Amino acid sequence: MSNEAEDVLRIRTPIGVEYAWSAGTRSSAYLNGLLEGKLLGKRCPSCSRVYFPPRNGNCPMCGVLLGDDDVEVGPNGTVTTFCVVNVPFLGQKITPPYVAATILLDGADIGMQHLLQEVDAADVRMGMRVEPVWAPRDNWGPTMENITHFRPSGEPDVDYSDYAGQL
Amino acid sequence: MREVAVVSTAHSAVAATTETPIETLIPVIDAALVAAGLERRQVDFWCHGSCDYLVGQPFSFVSAVDALGAWPPIVESHVEMDGAWALYEAWLKIQTGEADTAVIFGNGKSSVANMFRVMALQLDPYVEAPLGPDQIALAGLQARVALDAGVITERDMAEVAARSRRDAVGNPAALVSGEVSVDDLLAGDKVRDPLRHHDIPVMGDGVTAVVIAADDAARSLTARPAWIRAIDHRIDAQRIGGRDLIGVPSAVAAAARCGLGAGRIDVAEIHAPFTHEELLVTRALGLDAGATRINPSGGALVSNVLMAAGLARIARAAESILDGSADRVLGHATQGPCLQQNLVCVMEGACWVPCVVPSSVSARPTTRVAGQTCPSPVWCGRLPIGRLRMRA
Repeated sequence: MSNEAEDVLRIRTPIGVEYAWSAGTRSSAYLNGLLEGKLLGKRCPSCSRVYFPPRNGNCPMCGVLLGDDDVEVGPNGTVTTFCVVNVPFLGQKITPPYVAATILLDGADIGMQHLLQEVDAADVRMGMRVEPVWAPRDNWGPTMENITHFRPSGEPDVDYSDYAGQL
Repeated sequence: MREVAVVSTAHSAVAATTETPIETLIPVIDAALVAAGLERRQVDFWCHGSCDYLVGQPFSFVSAVDALGAWPPIVESHVEMDGAWALYEAWLKIQTGEADTAVIFGNGKSSVANMFRVMALQLDPYVEAPLGPDQIALAGLQARVALDAGVITERDMAEVAARSRRDAVGNPAALVSGEVSVDDLLAGDKVRDPLRHHDIPVMGDGVTAVVIAADDAARSLTARPAWIRAIDHRIDAQRIGGRDLIGVPSAVAAAARCGLGAGRIDVAEIHAPFTHEELLVTRALGLDAGATRINPSGGALVSNVLMAAGLARIARAAESILDGSADRVLGHATQGPCLQQNLVCVMEGACWVPCVVPSSVSARPTTRVAGQTCPSPVWCGRLPIGRLRMRA
């Protein structure tokens, strides 16, 4: 048996599928709120926690659907924890060092991730009060990117005991 | 073996929803729990069947745990399959003695993409998938083989569709229903020769949830549990060209392992998204369509909620025990293209422990004691029905 042909070591078989993904009833309210510059969360009818964003539309702690009513939160919030990014990586949009923070918006019970800028990374601390910086309104879409970043608001720091339950 | 029974079920199905899978899941799980009279914290084990390909998102199933109220932590598992296989895992879990109660749910959102295309991605990626067949084309291959062999006819297939749509009237989860003549169906165009529109399932978004429980827990939760008397699943070779497409050997093997030959089956819910599949599975399982009611819910043909439709067959079969309209039933589920993998679940209204006719009762008792008659043809259907001694 002749075996003159070389072994095939690699093949390419491109396959594509398109999905029409929907955000869900409750997250749609949040995304539509962003179009108007509003930060809309939802409240758990069981434990009363306010979720921002309302993610899958439910409270994972209680396993129940979040309430229908919008709960406006923020716009200011408190840094509950943060991370200083020093290492460059592929696709990085901001020059290090910069700060990724978990921000607990006023009235919300779940922290959200966002960028913290206009402050030296060495000065960032837990309990620091921050405010959003919005992109020009013409560029707004149904996305949290309408807020380009947060920056210190100048308000006095919040005591740890005030947000210890939301860490 | 522990006695394990289905004690409650719940379903939802719509053509398309803009809810998140979690938003769809929670009310159905709630309904199944309410029907069983169980609180979430009383559930020992949760098991979920779904497929990330449907969502197009790796590990999407993890978010389903959010629907369960998983704090404090719960015991939970997932199969990347139809929920029927999640039920199998939960049944095993109860057999180990680590759980007495379990909630099983299967869910799928078929409206987000062309699922006939998506499901064909489970073909082997080197030889078959690059050819680009969709699930309907694959089903057509199988139907063609069976037609040319003279095992089924196109009229048989149309009769399955007509009966399914007729039976689906009144089933809120059915997405198509009504009277239609076989001749009218046969006059329709072919979508993938030899398959016409009526041979192809109507896809849906939804959930099926099932509560199962062991022994006394099952007896305490419902008056007439659907006792799982046998459950087994088998698989055929992956390659479409490398297996018996007509005989469906894995279904034959699963049925044999379940002892299907012994006794009458009142109701069989066959997971057959395509009409010819119902005919082939009915044949493989050795069911007599004259004695057994096939797919009284209308089946997956009228409501194909991917990853829930197989569990729904077990649930629908169990419902006919729970409501007292049947004594011995079968739920079947399939996965993979062209009936590759098959699961058979036999359920009975009779208790696992054979009923005992006390010696004090004459051979032909004159009175039946309500709630204590054993309807099982296997254990005592041919015996005089007298007072039954149930396990306390």
